[in-house]
Amino acid sequence: MKFPKINLDSLKNEGTESVTNHERRKFMKLGLAITGVYAGGKILSLSSSIGTAHASGGTEIVKKYPYNPHYSMVIRQSLCIDCEKCVEACNKTNHVPDYGYRTRILTKKYSGTLDKQVEFIPVLCNHCNDAPCVRACPTVATFKDPITGIVRMDSKRCIGCKTCMLACPYDARYFSFERHAVDKCDFCWEERLSKGEKLTACSASCPTGARTFGNLTDPENIVFKLVHQLEEQVWVLRPADDTKPNIFYMKGNMLSVDNILKEQKFKYYDPNKV
Amino acid sequence: MTGRMVNISKRWGFHGVEALKQAGPLYKLAMGMLAVMALAGAVVGIHGFFVGYHHVYGVTKQIPWGLLISTYIFCVVTSTGLCIISSIGHVFGGEAFMPIAKRAVYMSIMFMLGGFCIIFFDIENPFRMAIWNVISPNFSSNMWWMGTLYGAYLVFMIIEYYFLLEQNHALSRLMGFFGLVVGIAAHSNLGGIFGMLHGRPFWYGPYLPIYFIFSAAMSGGCAILFFTTLGWRFNPEIMNQRMERAVKAVTQVTIFLISVIIFFTIWKIVTGMVSEGKHLIIMSFLTGDYAINFWVFEIFLGMVLPLYLLIRSRGNNFNLILTATGLMMVGIFFMRYDIVIPGQMESVFHSLGVVEEAELLKYTPSFHEIMVSLFGLAFIGFVYLAGEKMLNGHQLEKHEIVPEGGYICPGCGAIHFMEEGETEEEAMKRHHRIW
Repeated sequence: MKFPKINLDSLKNEGTESVTNHERRKFMKLGLAITGVYAGGKILSLSSSIGTAHASGGTEIVKKYPYNPHYSMVIRQSLCIDCEKCVEACNKTNHVPDYGYRTRILTKKYSGTLDKQVEFIPVLCNHCNDAPCVRACPTVATFKDPITGIVRMDSKRCIGCKTCMLACPYDARYFSFERHAVDKCDFCWEERLSKGEKLTACSASCPTGARTFGNLTDPENIVFKLVHQLEEQVWVLRPADDTKPNIFYMKGNMLSVDNILKEQKFKYYDPNKV
Repeated sequence: MTGRMVNISKRWGFHGVEALKQAGPLYKLAMGMLAVMALAGAVVGIHGFFVGYHHVYGVTKQIPWGLLISTYIFCVVTSTGLCIISSIGHVFGGEAFMPIAKRAVYMSIMFMLGGFCIIFFDIENPFRMAIWNVISPNFSSNMWWMGTLYGAYLVFMIIEYYFLLEQNHALSRLMGFFGLVVGIAAHSNLGGIFGMLHGRPFWYGPYLPIYFIFSAAMSGGCAILFFTTLGWRFNPEIMNQRMERAVKAVTQVTIFLISVIIFFTIWKIVTGMVSEGKHLIIMSFLTGDYAINFWVFEIFLGMVLPLYLLIRSRGNNFNLILTATGLMMVGIFFMRYDIVIPGQMESVFHSLGVVEEAELLKYTPSFHEIMVSLFGLAFIGFVYLAGEKMLNGHQLEKHEIVPEGGYICPGCGAIHFMEEGETEEEAMKRHHRIW
């Protein structure tokens, strides 16, 4: 495999004087803006209507989330190998019929790339803070759990109009004929979390750690650490829909991620040198 | 007024089952066929209800709204449109439009009921709806508002119809006004259901709620012309000077409204061509899977040909109007289909460029869906034919002798009584509460 050769030593250092303040700020914001983490002055855009967190300058991290525990998932996309163990575990745990799914893995193919030709993108309900399905439901059969922020179903209220299925920009809902209601991912609330388990079935069964699940309000939690860093880009799917999703994506096999998880502050920080 | 006429059949123009018995054999045959179609549709629908819709309907996880929703929309659009056009006369006092009121309001109620028949077989748990819609409303849901307002609309229209029969113009006008306001609110909420789905760029935005109202008015004008001229074929007596003037006026309004919808459609296509989210769907209209639906049915049969024929008819060639509006009804049916189905055929993950969602999604209506749609439409046809006979072509009672001090109103056709020193025009204005 050929890599383009760049002789870094021969490049002239441009220095930081030539970078304007404006440009630097733009660069800082860039990652966050693309990821949807920085949205309209509210860092992390997770604050929803509770909106206690306001950004100044676009580089502060949100202090308060609308829910506690604020369940969230960070999908480290590069680690996904499409073994579908998560889908199997989900189907088994939540009794998902063969005509529906709560989660699935999408395949994206590339040509002309040097490192790999295929990428896998696990998708599931994004448990949006501004969930379009919750707004669309005529009978409050689907609702945001006031404590955890999980978008849940109250099956007995579902009239089966299927508006929520079309309202969802993540295609995360199907009509379950066994339940006589629309069914969707509830972060395994019914089957696991409410029974004291800490992880969802999919993240517990993931052999590579592509699906990391946890509480976004807990600074010790892996999800918190992966989201609250500037070094590696974090993004969400369909940010233009402005639903403030709680499923974050990142590439995730980089040195910097390891450093973050080892609580090292900088990408090239080497504790031995100190 | 009520004191002067005691007999209900005389007062309401109600001719009862007797009138049906006197109908011609072809008329009876048509009614019989529509009744059989409606019954067959209902039976097939009930069969689907018990075996489970997922086994018999063509809708899928990704295209959950199919033919039933589009037919429902066809029915409620027409119902709202009938209300809008007829209100020009008996709510806002446009004298020329008054004679169409009774037939229009009757058909408006029937189209609404037909729509409810269809939606009953589309909603998975219709019985839960009756309970939870009331005790657990979501005020931010367009679906809730649409359902609730259409329920209220139906009630207002039924009361309005009763007062029209009673010739109580003051109350029918008031109810008609409420019906109109609630109907427009309900109908724009129906557009809002589509317009507020962020994930569906083909629908998203304020276009659909606005389009729905104008489109409804166009459908209403078309339906009034169609059912009036068809009624004229069955019973030429319904056409009198007042009705001829009304048909001419409705034709003019319909021509105007078709032009408005042509304008809407042109801008939908032009803006859609440069929108990333809409481009694929617009191209499937222009050259792809939906090209026949779009060019032949929606554009040619639904708008261009009727526009030409209606202009040619000059509002007094009833056969031509009947042909034009008959074709237009078919075209409008496809227009509704072209809103509902294509809006879902681009998966939400299509733009992500993944292998699974690279193709546009396909939908074909199943036998059960077609039959259930037929149930609603045949029901409407049946009650229309029954209404034409039993309600005596929606005419008022014949006034062979006009009582002293009274005259036949050129607007509504009923007898108005002049008070002392009043002219006929003043009496008409007082009677219809026109100031």
